[in-house]
Amino acid sequence: MKRILIRGGRVIDPAAGTDDTLDVLIDDGRIAEVAGSIEADDVSTTVDADGRIVAPGLVDIHVHLREPGNEDAETIESGSRAAVHGGVTTVAAMPNTEPPIDTASWVEFVASRKAAARVLPVAAITVGRRGENLTEMAELRTAGAVAFSDDGCSVLNAALMRRALDYARMVGVPVVSHCEDPALSGNGTANEGLSSTRAGLKPVPAAAEEVMVARDLILAGTTGARLHVAHVSTAGSVELVRRAKADGLPVTCETCPHYFSLTDEEVLTYDSSVRVNPPLRSRTDVEAIREGLRDGTIDAIASDHAPHTHEDKEVEFDAAPPGMIGLETLLPVTLTNLVDGGVLDLPAALALLTHRPAGILGLPHGTLAVGSEADVCIVDPTTSRTIEASWFRSKSKNSPWIGRKLRGTVTTTICRGEIVSAENGGDTGADPSASPGRGRKLAVHA
Amino acid sequence: MQWTKRHLLGLEGLSREEIATVLDTAAIFKEILGRPVKKVPTLRGVTIANLFFEASTRTRMSFELAEKRLSADTINFSASTSSVKKGETLRDTARNIEAMMVDMVVMRHSSAGAPHFLAKHLDASIVNAGDGTHEHPTQALLDLFTMREHVGELQNRKVVIVGDILHSRVARSDVWGLKALGAEVTLVGPTTFMPAEIEGMGASVSQDLDRAAEDADIVNILRIQRERQEGGFLPSLREYTRLFGVTSERVAGMRDDVVIMHPGPINRGVELAPDVADGERSVILEQVTNGVAVRMAVLFLISRVRASERTEDAELLAEVSI
Repeated sequence: MKRILIRGGRVIDPAAGTDDTLDVLIDDGRIAEVAGSIEADDVSTTVDADGRIVAPGLVDIHVHLREPGNEDAETIESGSRAAVHGGVTTVAAMPNTEPPIDTASWVEFVASRKAAARVLPVAAITVGRRGENLTEMAELRTAGAVAFSDDGCSVLNAALMRRALDYARMVGVPVVSHCEDPALSGNGTANEGLSSTRAGLKPVPAAAEEVMVARDLILAGTTGARLHVAHVSTAGSVELVRRAKADGLPVTCETCPHYFSLTDEEVLTYDSSVRVNPPLRSRTDVEAIREGLRDGTIDAIASDHAPHTHEDKEVEFDAAPPGMIGLETLLPVTLTNLVDGGVLDLPAALALLTHRPAGILGLPHGTLAVGSEADVCIVDPTTSRTIEASWFRSKSKNSPWIGRKLRGTVTTTICRGEIVSAENGGDTGADPSASPGRGRKLAVHA
Repeated sequence: MQWTKRHLLGLEGLSREEIATVLDTAAIFKEILGRPVKKVPTLRGVTIANLFFEASTRTRMSFELAEKRLSADTINFSASTSSVKKGETLRDTARNIEAMMVDMVVMRHSSAGAPHFLAKHLDASIVNAGDGTHEHPTQALLDLFTMREHVGELQNRKVVIVGDILHSRVARSDVWGLKALGAEVTLVGPTTFMPAEIEGMGASVSQDLDRAAEDADIVNILRIQRERQEGGFLPSLREYTRLFGVTSERVAGMRDDVVIMHPGPINRGVELAPDVADGERSVILEQVTNGVAVRMAVLFLISRVRASERTEDAELLAEVSI
């Protein structure tokens, strides 16, 4: 029975409203005790957390792991290593792989791969993500799917989207909507505005996102189903969700660190690492996203970790696939731009990375409650570092944060009671899904 | 001498002095082009690659002629016969060309920012010959040169640019250049052809050509691509011509000394009536002539910067060896 004692850290558990200097005892994979001074026998590892933040392991509900199909960009194993390196212990893996995750066997494949973090499959809404026929949602749910999404594109047929919401309501999990009207976004690559005009890049209007958000909110109202709007990027989308929530609709939404940190002026460099979908938006949109995070309209921060190989990204801006990696910079970007930026205090920011995203998918994670699975993220908040490509554990390095200074270093990550990433020793290569009671012994560096 | 740049990627950010340096230098080359022997040895030993990833006849011929007049060695690369179609990346293509010890690259590409991409990866100097809908700096410089020949200094001059501003790299470069030289620029065209927030570049916008052009010194007319109608930007070319086509009746409402320009090729009878294109206010063919002189000036000025870098390197090496 493995017992880990984390001593003397600033324990912040937003789910419980805890923010105090405390000890945390982990026993047999679960949180055993959180108290002022814990005297425990038979502790196998003691982690000195003096001066550090002890938070629940982060829950990232929007991640692309590229397996199956694009293992040169990322695998479930490498992506999960990146996750725990960034303090993320639970990831929801999007189904736009090749082939897409649209059958029970593919859901089981994703869930069963060796991984350092907890990897939960999101299954496709429609077969092949073609927007024509619903997947067998009930069977997919039984196989382990935690949500449904055709992420990467919208379900264009409104009637089909309505049926998807209706059916998902029966199955009991949310539909995660990628809101984009391709007729409006066209083959655009940059937010419509002065920057796209100056750069000569094909524009994507805010309306391309907002008309679909509006449609899906109306359909959520029609069906009473749980709708989760992915990667909200515009002021108009935030306002639409705000109004829908005020009307009592069962709607949640997420944004990503780049949408509250970077503006569309970044495209003037033609650096393909800032090509994302939806595109980086205007300063006004960034401010609206920050306000949405502040007032609770936006429920979660997700990385939309989208790895692409160097070869795929090192091309002309409009030829590069959209997306940036984000699992490892999720927390430092949040600390640097939301907490240091005066938008949110630390507990509120951590809530958006832990129990609130967990709640969207109905997961029991993102908390340090006694009895819960022991997922812990220990952070040194005092250090700032200039991000270098070699620092990433992800197979891909497509990050606009390379060369920029960010605050906060994840020093230890514990997943299911196992130390899976630790400073100095780096990640331990641990596989919690295969440990206690499931086989593998770990080398602990703490 | 105000020119210190080793690339010409666009006119955005260029100073009045830098643009004036190019135009003054072009005037010297234009004089040379009028001589019986039109060739100078200025770029002897310099190798220039013309990389045209997108079809272009006029710009390419103009650059090639400019290079030949300066006695540069040139190699040509066009997408239709290139390895791009075999899947080679832009960077690989460029690195191969650089491995052939090319000094300068003249590049036309359908992607905005493609020349910036190359400039980041190559030691060779890059001259943007048009990148997507971003910029076409040498076209704008020849426009400015032609304007200056006809109306003198451009400070406070009124310039109207009419047509498909949205898809026009020429319009963007013209606006940057004209604003740097102190001109007032009005962009005229249907609302569907106006890029978002273009006023942020310093130009005003109008949908009333007659009013905008009534006191203009210069009217620069852009080509309307016929496929834009199918793209839903225009109800019909007929309606476009009625609202924005430059006809002799319209020109009659403009100043007597208005200068009519067009970067070519012209859709006669669509954006420009044939009698205006060939009329006495038109300077369209002069623009073509000036294009060679301006491109000679750009290549010359950049080669001077490269030569001075080499001199500095040599001096540094000499110091080190002492």
